[in-house]
This record gives sequence, C-alpha cells and structure tokens, in this order.
Amino acid sequence: MYTTDMTGKTKAETVAEDPALIAAFEARVANDEFIEPKDWMPEAYRKTLVRQMSQHAHSEIVGMLPEGNWISRAPNLRRKAILLAKVQDEGGHGLYLYAAAETLGTSRDEMTEALLAGKAKYSTIFNYPTLTWADIGAIGWLVDGAAIMNQVPLQRTSYGPYARAMVRICKEESFHQRQGYEITMHLAAGTAEQKRMAQDALDRWWWPSLMMFGPPDDKSPNTEQSMRWRIKRDTNDDLRQKFVDITVPQAEAIGLKVPDSALKWNEERGAYDFGDVDWEEFYAVVKGEGPVAKERLQARQKAWDEGAWVRDAARVHAEKRAAAKLAAE
Amino acid sequence: MSDPSKEWPLWEVFVRGKGGLSHRHVGSVHATDAKMALEHARDTYTRRMEGISLWVLPSAQIVASDPGDAGALFEPAEDKVYRHPTFYKIPDGITHI
Repeated sequence: MYTTDMTGKTKAETVAEDPALIAAFEARVANDEFIEPKDWMPEAYRKTLVRQMSQHAHSEIVGMLPEGNWISRAPNLRRKAILLAKVQDEGGHGLYLYAAAETLGTSRDEMTEALLAGKAKYSTIFNYPTLTWADIGAIGWLVDGAAIMNQVPLQRTSYGPYARAMVRICKEESFHQRQGYEITMHLAAGTAEQKRMAQDALDRWWWPSLMMFGPPDDKSPNTEQSMRWRIKRDTNDDLRQKFVDITVPQAEAIGLKVPDSALKWNEERGAYDFGDVDWEEFYAVVKGEGPVAKERLQARQKAWDEGAWVRDAARVHAEKRAAAKLAAE
Repeated sequence: MSDPSKEWPLWEVFVRGKGGLSHRHVGSVHATDAKMALEHARDTYTRRMEGISLWVLPSAQIVASDPGDAGALFEPAEDKVYRHPTFYKIPDGITHI
C-alpha cells in the first residue's frame, strides 16, 4: 500500500447527528472496539474513511504503472517472475481495499470515476518516473518500506474491513521490501557503474519516500480527529522518524549514502536528526505537478475507456445466459 | 457518471484454509456470474496457498442481523452462566468430569 495522508477537507459535518449516538460511537472507538459496516457511524467518519481507503486503493493501482514499466526489461527470468508477482500483488491490494471501502456505501466505479475526474488522490510517490532498473530496487526497499511503516499500525485501525484488508496486505508487503533491498544490494556490490545506479536511485527516491508520511504534524489538520477516531494510530512525523532510523543503517550496510547532509545520529534522542523535506515540492506534486502525473492518469483513463466494452459485454452476456436459463426451466 | 445498474454485481468470498477447517469470509469481488466470481476470488485471495476450496455467493443474498438488535439477540445469554461448565463446583477429589 501507499497511503500518503493528504487529509485536509473533512471538517465537522453541519448535519445534526444525535449526540447520544455520537457519544456511544466515540466510547466504542476509545475502547478499541472495531466498527463494522452496518454499525452507526458519524458521517464525517464515513467520509474520512472513504477518502483515505479509496486514495489508498488508487495508490496501489497507480503504483502498478512505474513497476510495470520494467517487467519486460527485467535483467533476468528470476527478476521478471518476481516483479510480475509483485505487480500482481499491488493489483490485489487495490482490490482488497476497494472491496473494504465499498462496505461504506461507495461503489468501486464511483471511486474510479472520482480518481479519473481528479477528485480523488493517490500517493504522490507515483508521480516520479522509474528511469533505471535500480529504481525497481529503490521502490521495493524505500517506497514499500515506507508503506509498511504506514500500514502496520493500520492493522488496528478502528474500521473492521479496513483493518482486515491491512492484515492481508502487510503479510504480502514484506516480500516486496525484501526483494527491493536485494536488488539494491546486488547492484551496490556489482561493478562501479552498477553501484552508481544504486546510489542514483537512492538519491532520487529518498526524499519522495519521506514525503509519503504526509505533511508535518503541525500542518496536518485532521491528524488529531483521525487519531481520536483511531483511523490513524501514529502521527506523520513519528512514522517518518521511525523510517529514517531503520533505513539509514540498511543503506550503510551495503555501502550507499543517504542523500542528506544534515543526517546525524543524535545520541541523546537515540534517533537520527535529518534535514527538512521540501514541502513545496510535495504540495506541487499533490496538485498534479509531478514529473509523470499526467501520464499516470492518462494510463488509468485509457485502461478504463478501453475496458468499457469488455465490462459491458461480460455483463450483457451474463444477463442473457441467466434469462435463457430461466426460460428453459 | 457511473450507472449502478451497469456495475458488475458483488460476490462475497469464503476460503477453506485447509482440510478440516470451515470456510471463512475473506472479502469480496465483482463478477458478472458465478464462474467469473470464482476466478476472480482465486486470483485475488489465494495467491499464496491460502486455501484449498472457495465459496462465492452474491452479496445481495446475504441476510444479516441488524446491529441495533444485537442487545435483544445476544445479551440474554449474559446472565445464563449456568450454561458453562465452570458454573458448577465439584469437589477436588472427583475426576474425569
């Protein structure tokens, strides 16, 4: 998965809701109970979830594009088989999440159309291009690594179907990260040129990966609400720090250098100090100014348009067969 | 805009993990008919030997209890502790019971 938390819209709903129902709901959530599809929930909770889950699902699907780009050019059969399986997993993750989001009353087609209309977002990370094979390593290692960091706490998110989808996804995601690290490790141990490729990929993917945790806590207006509703279990900055702390030693172990001159171990905090993320770039990419943002949406639009006749034909065929069967009975 | 009547129906998917276990709900898929639902369920939910058998059924066919009725339905069991074996005090010397 790839959530970039870009919440910024859901404010308290103006529709009056029964305060007793709200209180009972909040008490359940505070008590770490799971909320299930037919349970009463505040409209703002439902909307926040639909937005977050559909954004997450879209990210899985759009995430197939940069990696799919390299399937036909994987350096050997082993790598090709692995990459195919990984990209297929991303498709699966998108489907688990759409299915979980549909339990909130928004259909998959509606979610897809919101994406194509530019109303729904996906993770900014996929608006960067995959220029070399080393990028496939960096994506698995860093992008999936950051995703895991975001997703592990979501296994305990308050909405049952989302939490269950996350359990499945987390189980599968670990393979993605390890295969990416393995690619990077092999390149880093290879020829001078291969090592340069690995370093170049780390240089380009490091900062966008840190952006995946979303804006800093003081600029993330809905974090507090989402944490109170246990949709979110950790703040953006906490997760980002955790990611830096575990990833830096992984880079050092294979002789690569994290591209941050401010990076320094802080003995007192027991954590790394690191440089500022370029949030201007982040917001620009969120707004669709990423290097390949247009291509990504065009690819989704093309798949949707070109698949339309298949969706229609399969549906009409099934309806005809059902009618014929009924007539024969 | 999406036309709900043109969307493929939703099917619920159940997987039997291994022989001896019952089928367990894992999620849902969209499909035009039962055969396609089974194929999609296989591709979506069993990529890692998660199961040896699949059930799919149209989501619209599921009849569920209303969460609002949970109290009336399930709370009466709470004060019937005598349905549990630990309710009964048996002297220590008595075995196999």
